[in-house]
Formats: sequence, C-alpha cells, structure tokens
Amino acid sequence: MSPRKTLVTAGRVLSQLRHDHRTIALILVVPCVLIWLLKYIFDGQPRVFNMAAPMMLGIFPLIMMFLITSIATLRERKTGTLDRLMTQPIHKLDLMLGYAIAFSLVGLVQASLVSFVALKFLGVNIAGHSLTLILFAVLAAFLGTALGLFVSAFATSEFQAVELIMPIIMPQVLLSGLFVARDQMSSLLEHISDFLPLTYSVDAMTQVTTHSGWTDNLTRDLIVVVGCALAALILGSATIRRQE
Amino acid sequence: MINESIMTQAAIKIEHVSVILPGHLRALNDISVDLGQGRIIGLIGPSGAGKTTLIRCLVGRRRISAGSITIFGLKAGSAALRKQLSYMTQEISVYPDLTVEENLRYFAAMYGLPRAQVKSRVAAVLGTVDLAPQARQLVASLSGGQKQRASLAVALIGEPKLLVLDEPTVGLDPVLRDQLWGLFRKLASGGATLVISSHVMDEAERCDDLLLIRDGKLLAHGSPADLREQTHTQSVEQSFLKLVRAGGEA
Repeated sequence: MSPRKTLVTAGRVLSQLRHDHRTIALILVVPCVLIWLLKYIFDGQPRVFNMAAPMMLGIFPLIMMFLITSIATLRERKTGTLDRLMTQPIHKLDLMLGYAIAFSLVGLVQASLVSFVALKFLGVNIAGHSLTLILFAVLAAFLGTALGLFVSAFATSEFQAVELIMPIIMPQVLLSGLFVARDQMSSLLEHISDFLPLTYSVDAMTQVTTHSGWTDNLTRDLIVVVGCALAALILGSATIRRQE
Repeated sequence: MINESIMTQAAIKIEHVSVILPGHLRALNDISVDLGQGRIIGLIGPSGAGKTTLIRCLVGRRRISAGSITIFGLKAGSAALRKQLSYMTQEISVYPDLTVEENLRYFAAMYGLPRAQVKSRVAAVLGTVDLAPQARQLVASLSGGQKQRASLAVALIGEPKLLVLDEPTVGLDPVLRDQLWGLFRKLASGGATLVISSHVMDEAERCDDLLLIRDGKLLAHGSPADLREQTHTQSVEQSFLKLVRAGGEA
C-alpha cells in the first residue's frame, strides 16, 4: 500500500465530483432543506424535532454516500477503469481507502453545513458538543461509503445499485430508533437492531443531544461504527478481484 | 507452420493455454506460441473468437484454466509485471468526468511515476497522441476519436515495456489510424512489445507477427508474408478468409 496512491485516488474522486456541480448541490443543499422541512413537520412538537434532527444527521450522510459510492464503483467496473487499475502496481486498499477518504471529506462538509443550519437557524439544542455531532456525521458518511463499496459488488447495473438501498439501508433506518425507540419495538426487532451499524450511528446522535460530556455509549458507538466500516472496506476489497 | 527464424528473444511464452468458462465453454483451447520482444503482434480473428480473452489472460485479469503464460520471465498476472505493462480495454477506460490531463496525472501516480516526472511525462504523451489542445477538456466532451486517443495516452504514460491494446484504432479516421500505427512502430523500434487486437485487415498487414484465432484455437501464426505464402494468397485478408473457412471445415 502507498499513502501517495491512496491520497491521489481520493483527490481524483473529489475532482470527479468537482466537475459535477449538480451533484455537489444535491449533496450539500438537499439535507439542509430536508432538516428545515422536518422542523415544520414537527411544528407542534418542537421537542420531538429536537431529538429527530440530530438523528437525521446520522442518517443523511450514510444514505447519500452509500448511493454515490455504489454507483461510482459500479462505473469503475463497467467502464474499464477498474480493469486498467487492477493491472497496475496499486493495492486494492489504495483504491478503497481513497474512496473512503474522499467521501468522508464530503461528509464533513455536508455535516458541518447541516449542523450549522440546524443549530443556528432551526433552534436545535444539543447538550453535547457540536464537534461530536459532526464527528459522528462524518463517521456515518464513512460507513455509507464502505457499505456502498462492498454492496456494489452485488449489483450488475446502476439500476440494481440504486435498488439495493431498499434491502440494505431502509431496514437499518426503520430499526435505528428514529421512528420508535428501540426498547419499544418487539424484542426480536430490538435484538436485530443490535446488529445493525446504523443503530449505533443514531444512538451516538441521541447521546450528543441528551448528554453534555463524552459517554461510554459514545465510545461503544464509535468503535462499532468504525469497526463495521473497516470490515465493509476489507470485504469490499475482497470483492474486487484482480483475476476473474 | 510456425516460423522459428523470427524468434530471437521470447518476451511472451504462451504454453498450452486453455480457458474454460462456466458452462464448460472453451474460450481458449490449447494455445501455444512464443512471441519476440520489440515486435508488433496482431491478434486477428472473427468476433467472439477469443481475442479479448487471450488479452485478459496476458494482462492477468483472467485466470487461465490450464497451461501457462510467462512474460519477461514472470508469470502473467504477477505483481512484478504490473510496472512493465499497460492495458487498454475495448471500452474507453478513462474517467469521463475528469479532464484529459487529470486522467493522465492520476494514472501516472498509479504507475508510481516519481512526482517530479509527472508533469513532463504528461506533456510528452499529450504531444504523442496529439491531444495537447484538449488537455483541459473533460473526456466526456471529446469526440470518439479523441476519447480513444486519451485512453491510448494513459496506456503510454508509464513507458511500459509491454502494451496490450484491445482494438485501439476502432472508430478512428484513416489519417489518425496511420499516425497511430506510425507511433506503434516507433514504440516497437524503441524495444517495446505491442499486442494489438484488430479486425481491420489492412492493419494486420502492418504487424510483425499475426496470431489468427478462431473458436478459441490458434489457426495460424507467422508474419503477414508467411501467412500469404502459406495460403497462396495476395493479402492477409484473403489468407484470413481462406484459413477461417478451412478451419470451419476441419
């Protein structure tokens, strides 16, 4: 592995985004608009909004980066660039980490902007530090990228890559505690949600909202989210084969 | 049938190579041939014959079911070879949403070209493929022929000893094709070995060695002159047709 090749790959992925202004707008503006919309959906229940908005900050980056990454990697497979790269002196993880770094940086910009809007303009009030909030939003982006890289191996078309969001991401969102607190679900579902990484991303957001300092839960959430993302990256790297 | 005299130094040794695809389909069937260094090797054959499969075996992208391929003394697909070869696929294997220059800089870094050399090397290959004026354009905005040349430029960036080019001149106008063949000849004179697949027969005439493949089998191997002589024909195209038809009856 080579730090230079990893960073140059991250730079390349960011350059591709830079040329695509509409995608940048969609990544940065849409989550802000949705959070704003959420405020008025919970017009009569400001306390619910105050809990839900940070949770969304753990979910948006994951969904967006998952989608973008799975399409981007599928394109690499389909357009011959992956063929070219796999015959070159690079390590597969250079490629994977390059993607992860690039999209985590995008996640950082997205999370900073959305947190700023939520905290400054929409009156969201969190007990913890806003940097902790942003940290976990970036980790959600990292997780989304890693899952996207892994899952794109199971899609043979861009159609399928988009459709995979339904079986892979939606159940995690439903069971994450966003709609109903996990301890109020049927115990089977609660146990299942213990095994889903997004649960920990959302839990971290709740922790930041309700606790002023760093908590043990946050440490656990951090370990689980980063661990799952790394596992997905390594599995994803195994799905890219040099020889077919 | 095989002309031994042209074999000075084997750059590529292909020994009894077979590739069996799922469903017991034989994509390549017991191919053996030695290919010399500094030569332009043309892979010709009807579409579906196995040209791309053989190419993917050479660059190490496809696993060989039986037999072996050795390139510069190393097993095809080995890590040490990656610095010495480049592969241009039939698709335009560059990033459409990057400029030509960004593509070149990226692949230069992937080859491990020292940072200090990247700039001059990028400028050099842009000149070679005549794309300097388009350097800052997105690949997506280029014409078909320009995209093809951008992809070729990437194949040249690492100064590889072996270039494996899958149909590099498809869709190019005759003037440009002539220029590129001039370039291929120049690279070969400089010691590079080129494996080029094509189904344009006037291009086949410009190769040093031809491998005629049909149904995964090597029907004939030799220089264009050898093939013409063997088949008592006037052109490679005629000998190609004769061999393919004879092969069909066999």
